[in-house]
Amino acid sequence: MAHPRHGSMLSFGGGPNNTTPSEKPLFQNAPISTASQSSPGLRVPSNRKTIYDRHLNRSRNAELSRASFAFLFSEMVTYAQRRVTGIQDLERRLNEQGYPLGLRLLDLLFYRTIAGSSSSSSASALSTSSTTSSPPNRPLRILPLLHLIHGPLWRLLFNRPADALEHSVSPDTPNEYMITDNDPMVNTYISVPREMSMLNCAAFVAGIIEGVCDGCGFEAKVSAHNQPSEMWPGRTVFLLRFGESVMEREVVLEKAGVK
Amino acid sequence: MSYYFTILSPTDAPLFNIAFGTSKSGGDGIARFRFPDTAQYMNQFIIHSSLDIVEEAQWMNGNLYLKHIDTYPPAQAYISAFLTPSGARFLLLHQPPQLPSTSSSGGNTGSSSLLGSSFSASALGGGSSGRASSSSIAANPTAPQTEEAVRQFMNEVYENYVKTVMSPFYRVGLEIKSPVFRARVTAAGKKWL
Repeated sequence: MAHPRHGSMLSFGGGPNNTTPSEKPLFQNAPISTASQSSPGLRVPSNRKTIYDRHLNRSRNAELSRASFAFLFSEMVTYAQRRVTGIQDLERRLNEQGYPLGLRLLDLLFYRTIAGSSSSSSASALSTSSTTSSPPNRPLRILPLLHLIHGPLWRLLFNRPADALEHSVSPDTPNEYMITDNDPMVNTYISVPREMSMLNCAAFVAGIIEGVCDGCGFEAKVSAHNQPSEMWPGRTVFLLRFGESVMEREVVLEKAGVK
Repeated sequence: MSYYFTILSPTDAPLFNIAFGTSKSGGDGIARFRFPDTAQYMNQFIIHSSLDIVEEAQWMNGNLYLKHIDTYPPAQAYISAFLTPSGARFLLLHQPPQLPSTSSSGGNTGSSSLLGSSFSASALGGGSSGRASSSSIAANPTAPQTEEAVRQFMNEVYENYVKTVMSPFYRVGLEIKSPVFRARVTAAGKKWL
């Protein structure tokens, strides 16, 4: 709101009433520690409640309408499908849509487990019980990270844990792990045309996983693959490929005895 | 006790900075560091130099709150660290007052001489006599009570940080400009430190 006005003021900067334009740049260049004491651009909702006044656990057990999610997700797929060069490109776009979500969910997940361990709805995580029941740890090794994704993250997203967690059996690829979902919720209402049978829209979820891994400091590439079985025609395998640096650190940490 | 709190992104870009003083035991909440006005960058310098230790401790200890991790003896600056799961670092520099009189004298609170007063005091005094004088958390930066207070402070900031991050208008890695967030951090500082 302030910017266009500011720009228009600058355009007739030689005019008589240019006291404000001379002040504005000063304010914008002020160091962060002193800026925003007075907040001219701040707009508060009519009920005076900002996002900081809302409790993060308020929507903890609230569920989203599946129909509205399906509608939104189909729009996201359609949006991503515009001007793509192929299936891989489309999956990459879906992945990129999920990635920032993963970064955010990670913080929320930990916050909720801290606050949840004190099992009280009192404001902030200040209760003393968080010292007695130890707060959750950041995952330092690959396995705790995978358990975090397989369990808590999946429960946060889909209200159930993932169906399987496997390590690649091939000795050439020790950095590959697989998380299986027998019936991914995101694909429930997606019907893939025959000529695009490679496409799996759960690439979005793969992006979320990638965001979580990266946020924790585990550089990884995650992709979603169709692996239908007789019982589960929509079975999807998320393939996690951790980077070189992660595997090197893994060796060092193992020697140091870090769990 | 004077505090300098900063939030750094996983790629070490500063997201948020604030300097404040203690509000406990008659403190007026104004930071009085031992550097002259011209050397405020020293705080940032000391904080950023502790990043190496943070990165080392990060993989040895899975806790969010890493406790007191670094000391800079020339300025008696102590640094506590808190890591969010997504890799943002909260660093708090705390510096106990040099003399007992510095914390109680609220006379010269001209906005220009915030740091100058403490500097002159430190130039005169020099001893660490102020550490034993008061019984509050300001007295000893490595005491368990101080650790606990800092932990509470960090947890409260973390809650607000999560709220910031969850905002759809905030992208991870951007500077946090919200005045409400700043007010919340100030309030947390008043409450715990």
